[in-house]
Order: sequence, then structure tokens, then C-alpha cells
Amino acid sequence: MVPLSWFLILAAAIFSVGLFGVLARRNAIAILMGIELMLNAVNLNLLAFWRYLWSDSLTGVVFIMIVLAVAAAEVAVGLALIISIYRRRSTVVVEEIDLLKW
Amino acid sequence: MIEIVAWLIPVPPLLAFGLIILFTNRSNRLSHVIGIGGMLIAWALAMSTFFYAVSGGELPVTTDVQWLPTGDTSLNIGTWIDPLTAVTLFFVAWTMLAIFVYSVGYHNFGKAGDSKDRPGLPPHAGGIEPMYARFFAFISLFAFGMLALVVTDNLLVLFVGWEIMGFCSYLLIGFWYGKDSAKAAMVKAFMTTRVGDVFMLLGLAYLYTLTGTLTYSEILFNPETLEMLATTPSVLGAGTSAAALIALLFFIGTVGKSAQWPLHTWLPDAMEGPTPVSAMIHAAAMVSAGIYLILRIFPLITAGWHHGDPLTEIMVIISFVGAFTALFASTLAVGQNDIKRVLAYSTISQLGYMVAAVGIGAFVAAAFHLITHAFFKALLFLGSGSVIHGVEHGAHESGDHINPNDMTHMGGLRKKMPLTFWTFLIGGLTLSGFPIITAGFWSKDEILAEAFGTSHLAIFVVLALAALITAFYTGRQITMTFLGKARSKAAEHAHESTWTMTVPLVVLAFFSVVIGWAGVPKGFPVLSSFVPNWVHEFVDSTLLEHSEVLEFNPVPLIVSVGVALGGLLVGFLMYRKLEAGAPDPLARLGRVYVWIQNKYYFDELYDFLFVRPAYWFAETFVYRGIDRRVIDGFLHWVASLAGRLGGWLRNKIDIPIVNGSGDFVGEGIKTAGREGRVIQTGRIQTYLIAGVIFVGALLSYIFFLL
Repeated sequence: MVPLSWFLILAAAIFSVGLFGVLARRNAIAILMGIELMLNAVNLNLLAFWRYLWSDSLTGVVFIMIVLAVAAAEVAVGLALIISIYRRRSTVVVEEIDLLKW
Repeated sequence: MIEIVAWLIPVPPLLAFGLIILFTNRSNRLSHVIGIGGMLIAWALAMSTFFYAVSGGELPVTTDVQWLPTGDTSLNIGTWIDPLTAVTLFFVAWTMLAIFVYSVGYHNFGKAGDSKDRPGLPPHAGGIEPMYARFFAFISLFAFGMLALVVTDNLLVLFVGWEIMGFCSYLLIGFWYGKDSAKAAMVKAFMTTRVGDVFMLLGLAYLYTLTGTLTYSEILFNPETLEMLATTPSVLGAGTSAAALIALLFFIGTVGKSAQWPLHTWLPDAMEGPTPVSAMIHAAAMVSAGIYLILRIFPLITAGWHHGDPLTEIMVIISFVGAFTALFASTLAVGQNDIKRVLAYSTISQLGYMVAAVGIGAFVAAAFHLITHAFFKALLFLGSGSVIHGVEHGAHESGDHINPNDMTHMGGLRKKMPLTFWTFLIGGLTLSGFPIITAGFWSKDEILAEAFGTSHLAIFVVLALAALITAFYTGRQITMTFLGKARSKAAEHAHESTWTMTVPLVVLAFFSVVIGWAGVPKGFPVLSSFVPNWVHEFVDSTLLEHSEVLEFNPVPLIVSVGVALGGLLVGFLMYRKLEAGAPDPLARLGRVYVWIQNKYYFDELYDFLFVRPAYWFAETFVYRGIDRRVIDGFLHWVASLAGRLGGWLRNKIDIPIVNGSGDFVGEGIKTAGREGRVIQTGRIQTYLIAGVIFVGALLSYIFFLL
């Protein structure tokens, strides 16, 4: 059986890719995708811990379902905002979205 | 019942004053209705009090309530109706009512106002007085002062009434304040009477210190107090009793108010006021108040003296001042050509008679002359006002602009103004003491008889001489004004005044005659058998110690008849044929006439002695020395000190410390904000990197260092 630590290393790698995307990309949609990567890396962690440590109860799976639902809702709102901004300003570059900046 | 009436007597004029001043002063008609209405009510109350008193009601009627608590004692306010009060009320009410009514005509009520007339100046074309309502307010207040003074039961309220009248006389003498002469006269009258008033106030204070009360009943009608005052040596020591000193101080008040020598100079100048005011101040009220005061304090003046004793020092002083004034002022009246000024000096002279009578202890005679004088002098003043009015009208009609007061421009007014002439004649004859029919004869004769009967021959001779001169200038005045031919166009065109002016004249003329019949002396041939000497019996009952009625003596009678008739005749003969522009027949006296015309230079003397030193003192010493140098200097010094202290505080404390710390806080925060805002990039990613680094550092710390 694949040991637990492999899953954890994979999740950490995906999380780091997501974090890099959030910190380094200028495109708002790419940032959003980075956030999704980080969320799913955490999901992966959660699933791995559930399968190896508490597989007799369903709690972990339910948590994952909730996180997926929240992530879907968040992406829907985030994309709607980005579309709205794009329509007004014709850009999705975050440096150019500076209406409230001093 | 009668107590309440006595309380109410002064109230209506006061209410009238308030109503007119506050509410109705825009309506002339309403104002004079209120003014006269108030006086009429006061008159009715005074008459009912008088008739209560003379019909044998119990006297004195007295009420007393606490007014001002002063520690252990209290000053009271109340009424005191005794025979003296009653007769004073009688003449005051009648003359004042007459004057109120007369004022309506005098100030041309009903005539259209002239647009050129200005408040503060007499109307110059016979239009209605511009300050008509105000006049009625002032005389109402004046009437209040006099009535309060008469009915009160203590010397303090008497003094209050006295001062109210002084103030009103100031207002009324200067009623036409647009004239410089009126302004000067009002100040002069106020300041001169003030000299007397200050001494009177001293007297009040001294009396209060000694007795602890100012109520008549506890001082004047209390033999123990009088005895105490008469035996206490005064603060002056040297044999004068406290009673004498207090009486002297009060008497100086009278000297000011009743214009006795040496404070007589204000009264002739006071003729600048409207004529009803002259009648009010110089006949009915204010000058009478002075005599009323010394009659009131008669028990104090005569404390320790009994009828028949030689006069005490204070009585000698009073009788000397009175007799001297009587003679002195009568000589001045001779040289005057202004119809009102003659009467003014005549008033001073007649008041001198009363003062002299008080001085020799002739209480009743003085009171009697006070009553008759009030009537006939009010009559004469109002008559002269009517004459002036008539001549003024004549002057407007004929375009002949003369001084309407100047008797040298009159003459022949007998036919033009018959009613004024006859009433003025009655007044004049009463003043000069025309025998038997006039009141002045009886009252003046009584004073002369008292002086003669109590063997004060010097006083008797002086007064008789004054009576002679009085009759002379009265004859001169009547002859110059009414008899002979008109000496100017204005006098030719003069005509009789309206009924509101002549009716009061007739009423006063009636009293000028009949009052005398109430005082026919006992033992007078024929008459006294069927007319009792009512005045003597009634008025004398005011005092605790009654005077005995003198034996009838024909000498003073013959003298008084002689001087009256002689003086009138000489006056008539000398001025009968006075031509227009001719010099006064008296000018033949040369130097003496010049002296008389200049009033013996008393005005100049006082100007030199008091007025100019006062101005000098005020200008050089008080103004330049004290005010500018000391007071202003001190103020400037304090101001510059405060300025320097303030500057020091500002430069050393306020600017560096207070301002500095305040500015430091503000500037510091501003700088911190400016410097610190660069880390606020506004990019989420920057913040996230910072967050990641921080969390990474924190986690590293937790894992590796703890």
C-alpha cells in the first residue's frame, strides 16, 4: 500500500503550486485557479488522513463534500466578479484594478 | 374708613403718571383726561378728609405699617391727618386741580399742531404743545409727591415726597429744554435746592440716631422725646441743644426749597418753565412744602420754649432769615419788568413772612398765610400766564414780535381781557393786603399783629416795610399791565383766554377772598362778633401747647391798612401815565435801581464764589489731576503691566510648551502616516507574500526553536 506520507507530499506540492499561482500571477482568473488548487490540496490531505486513520466513520468524506460545495460557490461568485470587472474595464490584470487605491 | 381715604389720596396721580407715560402718551385727549381724572379723584378724597376733619371728626387720624426693617427698629410708612394736614390738603387739592384744568387751555389743546414746532421748544404760533401728554404725566407725578408729603406720618416719606417734587421741578422748569436759558435754570434750581436737601438729610440722620424713629407721633407729639432732645447737648457742643441743631438742619432744607435768602436765586430763574408749572412750584406745592416742613417740625423748633419767653437762638435765626428775605425780595420785585419774575420775587418775599412768623412762634399765623398765599399766588401766576398768552396771540396777529412777558410792552389790557383783569386785580389786592375784603389782609395782618403783640418790634418794622413795598410793586404791576393805554401793537391785539384758563382763575379768586373770613381775629371791631376765628381754633389744635389768642391791638391794624393802601396808591400814581419806550420812573433812583435790576449781584456773587471755583476745581484738580493723572495713570500702569506679563507668558510658556506639544503630536502622526503609507501597496499579493513569510517565520520558530 502506498504510505500516507506520499499523499501528504503530493498535497503539499499541489498546495505550493497553488500558492505560487496566487502570489505570482497577474491574471485574476489564474489567481482564482491557484486558490482552487490550494483548496483541493487540502481536500487531498483530508481524504488521505480519513482513509488511513478514521476510515470507520463518514465524517471526513462529509467534510470534503462541504468544502467542494463552498469552493464551487466561491468560484461562481469570483468568476462573476471578474466578468463584471472585465466588462467595465476590459482587463483582468489585478494591478490595473486599482479604483480604491490611494 | 377715613384712614383708607387718607391712604388713597396720593395714589390716583401716581397711577395717572404711570398710565400716561407707559400707555396713553400718544393720545393727548386721553392723557389729559387721565391726568385731570386722577387729580379729580385725589381732590375728592382730600376734600372728604378735610370735611371729616373740620366737622369734628376725631383727630389725628393715623395709620402706620412697617415698611423697612432696620435691625431692631423699623422705618414705618403711614398717614397722619391732623388740622394742619387737613388745611394743607384743602389748599393743595384746590390749587392743583385748578392748575391741571388751566394747563389744558394754556397748552392750546384743540388747536392744530404746527409742523415747525419741535419737542423741547414752546409752540411758536399758538399751536398745541408738542409734548402735551408728557406735561400731564410730569405734573401728575408732582401732585403725587406733594400729596404724599402732606399725608405722611413720618419725616422719611416726607423727604421722599420732597425729593420727588425736586426732581419734577427739575423736569418741568426745563420742560422747554430746547432753550438754553431753561436748561441753565433747571440745573440751577436742582443744584440750589440740593444744598438745602443735603442738610435736611443730615438732620434726618441725626434725629434718627438720637430717637430711633422718624414718626411724627413719637417725636413731635411726644413731650418726653422733645424734652430729651431739648436737653441733650448737640454734637456742636457750646450750648446748642440737639433739638436746635436738628431744627436748624431742617430749616436749611426749607431755605433751599422755599427759596429763602441766601438760597433764593433759583426761583426767579425757574420762571423759564411753562406758567402752570410756575403756579404749581411757586405757589401751590413745592415752596409751600418748605413752609409745611417748618410748621410740621414746629414743636421741635420750639422745644423748650414757651409762649412769652424770649426767642431761642434757632428761632432768632429763623425769624431773621424770614424777615430779611421778606424785605430783600420785595425790593427786588420792584425792579423787574418780567411779569412772572415780579411774582417770583413776591413769592420769595411772602414765604419770608411765613418763615418769620414761624420764627417768632406764630404757628397759626404762618399756617394761615400759607393757605391764603397758595390761593392768591396761584391765581396771580395763572393770571399772568393768561396775560402772556393773550399778548402772545396779539403778537402773532399784529406781527409785532416783542417779549410777551415784558410789562413795559403791555398796558390797557383791562378792556381786552376783562375776566383776567378782574381776577388778577383780586389776586393783586389780596397780595398787597387790601383791607377787609381780601384774605391776604387777614393773614398778613395776623403775622404783623403777632410780631407786634409779642413785642418783636424789629421784625414788625421790617415786615411792615416789606408789606409797603409789596403793595407798591403790586400797584405797579397791575397798573403797568392792565391800566392806561396799550404800549405795543401786541397788547392792542390781545384777547381773552379760553374757558379752561379763566374758570380756574375765577375759582381761585373766590377762595382768595373768602378764605380770609375764616380767620378774622378775635376782638376785631364789628366783624369778629359774627365771624368766629375758625382758623385759629382749628389749626391751633394741631399742637400740644396751645397759644393764647392775643389781645386785639389797633396799631398793627392801622399800620397794615396804611401800608397796603399807601403802597397801592403810590404804585398806581407813578405808573399811571407810563409811555411806551419811556424809562421806568424808578430809574431816577440811579445806582439803587441798577442794583435792584441786577438783583444785588447775588447771581454774580455766587457765580464768583461757588460756580467758578467748582468749575475750576473740577477742571484742573479733579479732571486733570485726579482723573487723568492718578486714576488714568493707575489704569494705564495696570494695563501695561498686564500686557507685559501676557507677552512673557506667551513667548515663554504658550508658544514653546503648549503649542509645541500640541503641534508635535499632530505633526508626528502626520509624518508617521506619510512615511508608513508606502507599505500599503494596495496589492493583495504583496500582503499575501508578507502573510506567507510571517506565517513561515512563525512556524519555523515554533518547530525549530521551541
